[in-house]
Amino acid sequence: MACFVVPMAEAIVVSVVKHMVAKKEEQALLEASTPRAGENSYVMKEKTISQTGLSWTRKLTWLNALLWGGVILLAVEHIWYGEVILWPPFLTAMRNPMDIPIMLHEMATIGTSMAIFVTLVWGSMVFVVEQRMKHSLRKGFNRN
Amino acid sequence: MYFIITAVAAVLTTLFWYRLSEDKYQLSTLCFIYWGAALMWFVDHVIAFFMEGGEFFEITLDATMLGLTVVLSGFFLWVLMLLVKARKGTLKN
Repeated sequence: MACFVVPMAEAIVVSVVKHMVAKKEEQALLEASTPRAGENSYVMKEKTISQTGLSWTRKLTWLNALLWGGVILLAVEHIWYGEVILWPPFLTAMRNPMDIPIMLHEMATIGTSMAIFVTLVWGSMVFVVEQRMKHSLRKGFNRN
Repeated sequence: MYFIITAVAAVLTTLFWYRLSEDKYQLSTLCFIYWGAALMWFVDHVIAFFMEGGEFFEITLDATMLGLTVVLSGFFLWVLMLLVKARKGTLKN
């Protein structure tokens, strides 16, 4: 009925957080681009590992694309089945007071599960990519 | 059926993206669009199967048409995003 509303709410929050994080990371990158005096090679090595890893902006861009992509395609499905209309009240379940508790129950069960599952898959994906990047980076250092 | 069609589109797009050495035309975004929908419908199908019973996959002409419409919508969404980025001058490749 309106299960995609929960992932949509998460997508909006993630979009806002991503925008804020991107600004912070841009500033941090500018500050970190100048090497400080007295840093030994080990510190530099560790610093390089963290800097060449995935930025939070990139990670959040992935989550954003997963969530918004899913939400938009699910909205197409809901329009197809007449559960969503393009004029107020937008959700056909809102027209009938008897349907509202059913819609809310669906949002609480299916919608929340969808949001959690997508976030878990994204978390696993980020973990695997970070491990692979760290591994290949350390391999590169050992060769040098 | 729309879940199967979207999942197949997600797998094929990912394979195509993997074969390219670089993220040309931001194909990864199209992968994310299809994967996002496929994951959400997977949860929807699993919950509906356990709560309401019945068949896991709905194989009807209507569901097939919906699947194709959804895949095309995802594709047009990605093309629209590319056009906007190209206009802004922020397209990488």
